[in-house]
Amino acid sequence: MKSAVIVFPGSNCDRDAHDALKRVTGQAPAMVWHQDTTLPEGLDFIMIPGGFSYGDYLRCGAMASRSAIMPAVIAHAATGAPILGVCNGFQILAESGLLPGALMRNAGLNFVCEKAPLTVANSNTRFTSAYAGRSDLTIPIAHHDGNYNADEETLERIEGEGQIIFRYGRNPNGSVHDIAGVMNENGNIMGMMPHPERAVDVNHGGTDGLALFESLLGSA
Amino acid sequence: MKARIHVYLKPGVLDPQGAAVAGALHNMGYNEVEAARQGKLIELDLTGDNADAAKARVDEMCAKLLSNPVIESYSIEMS
Repeated sequence: MKSAVIVFPGSNCDRDAHDALKRVTGQAPAMVWHQDTTLPEGLDFIMIPGGFSYGDYLRCGAMASRSAIMPAVIAHAATGAPILGVCNGFQILAESGLLPGALMRNAGLNFVCEKAPLTVANSNTRFTSAYAGRSDLTIPIAHHDGNYNADEETLERIEGEGQIIFRYGRNPNGSVHDIAGVMNENGNIMGMMPHPERAVDVNHGGTDGLALFESLLGSA
Repeated sequence: MKARIHVYLKPGVLDPQGAAVAGALHNMGYNEVEAARQGKLIELDLTGDNADAAKARVDEMCAKLLSNPVIESYSIEMS
């Protein structure tokens, strides 16, 4: 599987994403700088990593979502290729309009950094098929702005269409409907606040993130 | 020419920072504060002398970058 990780100034999970993808796919991903305007040929998967792109100025993900590489990412998304945004990557995809809703400051105003119990709300997706039969996971979270918000009409639609992929077992940030991860209508773009790339090795304290990358590998 | 843009959360969107500000003011004895909402003020210095045309461009900037229409509204003052 040929993958790429987009790197912005302030990304800080790009190496973790690289290592997780290399471990699961056996092939190191291309690291693509935000000022590039084209993606490598023949990509099967793009990951937008966590961090604090552009210092979270204006709104988390706002600047990155308008950077030079994004038109190419958006065009690639339109071909149906899978794209995953984690943490700041989720914020960037929401700010790009590729995912519904917005991520706001945590309701408790604190930065939360903990192992989050999650439930898989939909395992019938290309991101979660390898979780079939498993409902409870533990994946780390580390964010200040993970409070997922969308208007009632949007919520009703994404609930009805099975676009909610992960929910928190214990809501850490005020997200509506305990939402931890959502997918677009076409099922090829997912954003999540928890960090699956930080749960792929026993030395991470857990390997519940592995199945996400294995699901993608299986669908590629 | 200057544009002053106020960006604020839409009514009904929970504003935890505003709530914390109101809580702090209560702790200081300002009990008349019923609620606080926190927003942003962005000032732009602009070239050109057609205020209407400039405002239309600023409106576009607000829709495309300066606000997030999912959760925020904005108003523009030209001077």
